[in-house]
Amino acid sequence: MGLLSDPNRRRALTNLLTRLNAPICVVCYLAGVMWFMGLAFEPFTLRTYMSENAMGSTMVEEHFPAGERALATGREFAAHKKKVGGMPVNWLVKTMESRGLEVFTQSFTRKLPFPDENKERYLVRGTNVYGILRAPRASRTEALVLTAPCSQGNANNQAVGLLLGLAQYFRSQVYWAKDIIFLVNEHDLIGMQAWLEGYHHTNTTGGDWSPLHGRGGSIQASLSLELSSDVITSLDLVLEGLNGQLPNLDLANLFHAFCQKIGVLCTIQGKLQRNDWESTSGYSHSAQTMMLMVLKQASGRPWGDHGLFLRYHIEAATIRGINSFRQYKTDTTTIGRLLEGMYRKLNNLLERLHQSYFFYLMPSLTRFVSIGYYMPAFGLLAVILLLRALDLWVQLGASAPGTEDGLAEREQSPSSPGVLSILTPVVISHMTGVALYCLPVMSQEMAVQHFPVSETEAVVLTAIAIYTAGLALPHNTHRLLQGEGTEHGWRVLKLVALLYLAVLLGCTALINFSLGFILALSLVPIAAFITPHTHKPLSAAIMVLLSPGCTLLYCVLIFQELQETPVSLQDGWMLFLSVISQGILDHSLYGSLVYPLLALLIYPCWLLLWNILFWK
Amino acid sequence: KFSHLKSYFESTDSPEHFLQNTKYNAGDADVFLSTKMAAPLTLLFIVAITIRAVLFRSSLADLITERVEVVSPLNAWKRVVEGLALLDLGVSPYAGDVFHETPLMIYFFHFVIDYAEIVFMVSAVCIVFLLQFRKQKYALEGDRYPLDCLELIRTPREMLYIPLKVAMFYLLNPFTILSCVAKSTCGLNNAVIALFILSTIKGSALMSAIFLALATYQSIYPLTLFAPALLYLLQRLYIPVNWRRPSFWLFTTQYVFMYLGSLAVMVCLSFFLLNSWDFLTSVYGFILSVPDLTPNIGLFWYFFAEMFEHFRLFFICVFQINVFFYTIPLSIKLKEHPVFLIFMQIAIISIFKSYPTVGDIALYMAFLPAWNHLYRFLRNIFLVSVVLLACSALFPVLWHLWIYAGSANSNFYYAITLLFNVAQILLVSDYFYAYLRREHHLTHGLYLKRKDGSEATLVLK
Repeated sequence: MGLLSDPNRRRALTNLLTRLNAPICVVCYLAGVMWFMGLAFEPFTLRTYMSENAMGSTMVEEHFPAGERALATGREFAAHKKKVGGMPVNWLVKTMESRGLEVFTQSFTRKLPFPDENKERYLVRGTNVYGILRAPRASRTEALVLTAPCSQGNANNQAVGLLLGLAQYFRSQVYWAKDIIFLVNEHDLIGMQAWLEGYHHTNTTGGDWSPLHGRGGSIQASLSLELSSDVITSLDLVLEGLNGQLPNLDLANLFHAFCQKIGVLCTIQGKLQRNDWESTSGYSHSAQTMMLMVLKQASGRPWGDHGLFLRYHIEAATIRGINSFRQYKTDTTTIGRLLEGMYRKLNNLLERLHQSYFFYLMPSLTRFVSIGYYMPAFGLLAVILLLRALDLWVQLGASAPGTEDGLAEREQSPSSPGVLSILTPVVISHMTGVALYCLPVMSQEMAVQHFPVSETEAVVLTAIAIYTAGLALPHNTHRLLQGEGTEHGWRVLKLVALLYLAVLLGCTALINFSLGFILALSLVPIAAFITPHTHKPLSAAIMVLLSPGCTLLYCVLIFQELQETPVSLQDGWMLFLSVISQGILDHSLYGSLVYPLLALLIYPCWLLLWNILFWK
Repeated sequence: KFSHLKSYFESTDSPEHFLQNTKYNAGDADVFLSTKMAAPLTLLFIVAITIRAVLFRSSLADLITERVEVVSPLNAWKRVVEGLALLDLGVSPYAGDVFHETPLMIYFFHFVIDYAEIVFMVSAVCIVFLLQFRKQKYALEGDRYPLDCLELIRTPREMLYIPLKVAMFYLLNPFTILSCVAKSTCGLNNAVIALFILSTIKGSALMSAIFLALATYQSIYPLTLFAPALLYLLQRLYIPVNWRRPSFWLFTTQYVFMYLGSLAVMVCLSFFLLNSWDFLTSVYGFILSVPDLTPNIGLFWYFFAEMFEHFRLFFICVFQINVFFYTIPLSIKLKEHPVFLIFMQIAIISIFKSYPTVGDIALYMAFLPAWNHLYRFLRNIFLVSVVLLACSALFPVLWHLWIYAGSANSNFYYAITLLFNVAQILLVSDYFYAYLRREHHLTHGLYLKRKDGSEATLVLK
């Protein structure tokens, strides 16, 4: 409290902070970036370990024998799928019933706000089929889920086959203490959303589905299986769910432990673990893995069918079989044994997975960075905003003549015009944000009538048009109202914008660290150093280059680069457009928050900064 | 420096006359106020009511009603509805251990249940009207102080804006809006306290005692407002606070009797309405023993959730005494300034009470513009407002992470609660310091000199 109450020391501290403000900010920014890059360096990360006692200490043996038969079932499923031209509901029901499960179906219809050109769907009708294996050993209050998607074409037939094979095998075992639900969902996430909302009696996104007639206990954990070939070379673990939510780290540990035990190659982000962390290439490998995870998490979309489970507090992951050109192949029996082992361990759970971390980044499957290690990277960026705000506050106080510490002559004029001149840009920026959020989807019909574009293109192009129009709009407003903005005016506006951005980014980083960090990386420099007195064209160019939209474009390009599928700028642009449409679709279908966050909050905040640049 | 002051004085017939008027006759000031302030005030009311009406009709209303920051087990509308339903069935409303309002409150709602939204909006607007008349008399005794203090003294023009600012601070405060949209009965309790303040300032001892009793009856804690009210009334009647004066004792006894009498009437009335004493344990027992540990923005829930059962009674006493204890030192220190003491007490209640909500905070925040002459002496206002702002934004985020996402836990939420309360305490103590410092400058001159003639600074140690 001494620091807060002693005026001399306070003055010394504020003098220091104001005098050295710019260098401190630059140092903080660099330190933040360095810290983040350092997170991928192996000695700075922690080794993963199993925290959950119920899963750690018990031994299980895997006996699943029927890989070949599962593949045969998969082929049968494929034939029926081809014949029906979609989900072979009757066949699935019959097969599941013959394996001794209680079988139920759920039908759903969903009309997308505009056609999804990536997956070529608009009006979606489908059926989910699921069978419940009732727990013989306990009161059926808890459940585990295994899902496999019924995809179009030839994909994932083996997954359904293995699911049915496992169902048959599990049925013959007596040790299950939790219901096991085997779900085959149609239309990937839309079906999954319908099933989950049916299961939990909610309807958050206004879809239309029939209620579920059979239900198990509360779901403790879930795995989604994607398998498209008879043999695989490695298994990839996908963790990123809706809004960047991640399952408990113990689920990843469990997967890794069984891969080690059974001897299956396992990857995360499609990248194998490497042991040469001392070398540059080793470091860059783990940095790439971590960056991929950051980019995927920041996108806020579910990267596998498991993504929607996380919203219901159910730990879930997707296991994806990959068949590449490696020598060493793994057959379906082995994968079956792996899944059997994982389910037996999950069956031992006494309570939900909660011991291990929920906030983490993984530079490799055996290493993780917890929230305590990665938050400082964000904190160093966020503190810049607060330092600049403090600096502005001191300047605002000092602009009135006199000294500080209460002995200053205060301006006598009432502050209401000042407040009004701040309020107008804030309101107008947010109105532009609301327009960006609402208009693209609402005005698609009109756009299609007047321009030769498809609905999807209309939505995306309207969004880009509003985004660009926003740049021209707000910086004229306060002049209309007041004639001339004052020096005092832009400082107050900038103070508001800085605090607003700091709170916004802080909240975002807590929910989705990656998104908050990426936004902070691009927005903090402009927020810190923008004033009306800088070189206008240059600053404007920098601001546009660091605007949220351009950041998205860079992210798309970097993502492609990291995935080792680099694209040309032309393709990158097309991909950028499709990412925007996917973002809007994710929001309206599953309630992803990234699009509203960007449109309603981040973009207006950036417009405020833009407004400061053109303050006259 | 004084040009505007002078011109202001010259505009009236006689400056002294004007000063006298503002000082002793609040009525004239009201007239003065109503002519010039009517338009902006009306606009403000329209804006405020529109915001509330829109929110009542929007889908956000349901969401807000469920927020633990906005409603507590004491004042949740859902619970009032439950109590009313029980009452209609002829069962004691306290039977289900859900309802914790006082009996008078439930009978009040029994009659206005259909117009609940309107009642809450009207009460919000009423509070503003009630807070309007506060603080008319203030520090225009210019000649008593050293000359360089004139800039510390508020000009009539500054005073003119205060009611408008108070109205803005209360009506447009997001905390008030949330509380009103959630139909938290906290708004009505605030109205009772505002009525009490108004009647005290108007000098009506009987009304003051009745409303104080009503406020106490509603939620116990306003009991601590007894001291400032008494001090204010004594000051108004020019009775010095002196143990040996019979007039002091006479008035104090009168006020105590009026207060206790009306409290007794209310409690007995409650008894006869419901024909049982259930409400005592259900309302006051519930407030004092804190059995409901639903998270809120206060300090109790986490602490008592972690507590071993056999320490519980002791720590309940410690925590509850905390609210009442500060009355004594503050009353001694601020016995000349009872209105500021009221503000301090309300702030302390809203920080340390067992089930605080944002509506309580909104009440004392509405007082802040009345102290805008202290602004220059505030030291941490930037830090405090940033922390309060950040915490208010982080509450829902961490709640989401804890309850829905399951990835954070209660420690995260409590950390923010703690920070929020520390910021509030800093805010209040900062205002306290500023007030004392202004008083110091008023008597000793604004520019302090050391003995050797160099400039001195005041340090709080």
